[in-house]
Amino acid sequence: MSLPRTLRAAWVIGRRDFTATVMSKAFLLFLLGPLFPVLVGVMFGGIGASVASNAERPVVAVVASPQAFARIEAARGELAGAMNGGALVRMTRFDPAPDTAAQVDSLLKSNQPPVAAVLLDPFGQPRLTGSFGSGSGDVAQIRLILARAQASRPVPDIAVTTVRASAGTAATIRGITARLGQGLLFLLTLLLAGMLLSQLIEEKSNKVIEVLAAAVPVDAIFLGKLFAMLAMSLVGIAVWASAAIGAIALLASPNVLAALPPPAVGWPLFALLGILYFAMSYLLIGAAFLGIGAQASTVRQVQTLSMPVTMAQVFIFAFASAAASQPNGSLGIAAAVFPLSSPFAMLARAAESAALWPHLLAVAWQALWVALILKLAASLFRRSVLKSGSARRWWRRASKGSSVTA
Amino acid sequence: MGEAAVEAWDLVKDFGDKRAVDGVSLRVPAGSICGILGPNGAGKTTTIRMLLGIIDPSSGTRRLLGSDRPLDAAHEVGYLPEERGLYPAMTAREAIAFMGALRGLPLKEGRRRATDMLAERGLSDWADRPIRTLSKGMAQTVQLLGTLVHHPRLIVLDEPFSGLDAINQEKLESLIRAQAEAGATIIFSTHVIAHAERLCERIAIIAAGRVAFEGAVDDARDRLRPMVRLRTRASDGAWRSALPPGARQNGRDFTFELPEGGPEPLLRALIDGGAGIDTLSIERPGLHDAFVAIAGEAVVREMAQEVPA
Repeated sequence: MSLPRTLRAAWVIGRRDFTATVMSKAFLLFLLGPLFPVLVGVMFGGIGASVASNAERPVVAVVASPQAFARIEAARGELAGAMNGGALVRMTRFDPAPDTAAQVDSLLKSNQPPVAAVLLDPFGQPRLTGSFGSGSGDVAQIRLILARAQASRPVPDIAVTTVRASAGTAATIRGITARLGQGLLFLLTLLLAGMLLSQLIEEKSNKVIEVLAAAVPVDAIFLGKLFAMLAMSLVGIAVWASAAIGAIALLASPNVLAALPPPAVGWPLFALLGILYFAMSYLLIGAAFLGIGAQASTVRQVQTLSMPVTMAQVFIFAFASAAASQPNGSLGIAAAVFPLSSPFAMLARAAESAALWPHLLAVAWQALWVALILKLAASLFRRSVLKSGSARRWWRRASKGSSVTA
Repeated sequence: MGEAAVEAWDLVKDFGDKRAVDGVSLRVPAGSICGILGPNGAGKTTTIRMLLGIIDPSSGTRRLLGSDRPLDAAHEVGYLPEERGLYPAMTAREAIAFMGALRGLPLKEGRRRATDMLAERGLSDWADRPIRTLSKGMAQTVQLLGTLVHHPRLIVLDEPFSGLDAINQEKLESLIRAQAEAGATIIFSTHVIAHAERLCERIAIIAAGRVAFEGAVDDARDRLRPMVRLRTRASDGAWRSALPPGARQNGRDFTFELPEGGPEPLLRALIDGGAGIDTLSIERPGLHDAFVAIAGEAVVREMAQEVPA
């Protein structure tokens, strides 16, 4: 069958699959499914963070006059600002009591607030009694706070000129962007490509496969199903991305996105390449999954297959992730060349390097492999499921041929 | 003989070590109704699947509507498989239109034709119902309409009568005749000989993976000698020597194949021998008898070959 007719047949199959999937009630659950854990995660994460920031840091009871404690609090405030929001030990003041030992003992037993240590005579002979080790970070923080509280000179003012990015920060942040991009790509591919394992079960169980195989090439069936699922995935991603952007716009500062340093190719191209590499990754892994899943006849068999193929995906991601730190090293090039890890490796490259020609080459390479894997999967399906062609293995045919000749 | 719609030469199909089809050759003239007959497991469905390009033969060649690659002619072929299959969530109209679209018919035109076809069969009320809500007979009708919606030149029906009640079998026979009158070539497989006898001009009898007979229905019937049914008044006499050795006797009733010389010498011998003919009929064998004899011989031959020397 000619290519245009094969593509038209794939379109008919794909349109049916896409419509049947998107118009089903299950698709709504599919769209909402990933939003629930995120929502719950954000909710509990926010509450947890708030609780943690208030409760996790130890409380030090400072036995001092209000004036002395004011200096300590001021010094602590300065240090807290210098730590980019990092938590410092919390401090609460108590008036000195006549029996110091009894006061220390009483405070350490107190639950209101739960005291971890008691600091006595902060500006004379400071003594700390509590559960801290002498070399702990908490004790070091208290030392710094006291030192700053006793310093007479104010903190010098520094004239700051802000640049958008320096080489050092850009390299670091692009590395993070590369890994985040890879991680997102992996997550989406993992989430969506697995569905292709069971794509032919419906046709097999309904006996529709015979009708399809008599009318169109198996390649067209596979191609149609693959692109239908890709389209469905893109619908899902569009919905989830819209929800994420909406959530950021509602919950975060409007400058958050603008403040993110751009990847090497710039944000618009990075987003475009992200979509393109998702599509290629999905098509590559999906074609392989479709081929593997097509061998299964029942849902149980598909379930049995899903674990090893998921593990294979994890290995591919780990390979690409390991290569991200050295895109021009042998590992990086190997990950970019190996078809299944290529989209992951190339997306990381887009974050770190501005050159565009490797992406054109990579997309063409990946497309070639999609076609090859699909062809192989279709051939395997025809041979093993439709029982087409010679059922004898080539070596058996060869041995039979030689015996006939003899 | 006119142009061939389907031709096959020495088609062989092996499944592992089992040979399902063993050198099938056949020719179906365009515009004819051809029945592929054979006992269960004879290789009818495998042959059809090879002819249509669903599976490739292990060896041999076939040509479908002039094309060596059957799927190239798929847009002119309608196929009803033995194991019926439709998407249960699809509506009847969409299922018919989808099957047409698979064969290159635009979806919009397919929907229009599906609406008309369902209306012609009084199924308009079911057009927008999902297939899973239809009865088995209705679902079969929907699949048959999907097979025909794109007006194929070649219609291949694998066991089309199975699962249908007598009324629907009659309707299907009429439909097949109508399609043939409209110029389509029709091939159908069956193991119920009566349908083939009523519908077919040509038949191919497949037994044990081989074509045991291919040709006109009359030629198949002519492979057997006419049967003579005789009732005599005399129970014995010289006339008994006129009966062939295999004649079956039940009282004064005798059944035997008409001897080589034909009816006249037989009649003369019976009269001269004093048989006292009460009734005598000479019946041409039906396709059923021919099928049993031809397929039976082939199976016996196959079994004889399998017995080790």
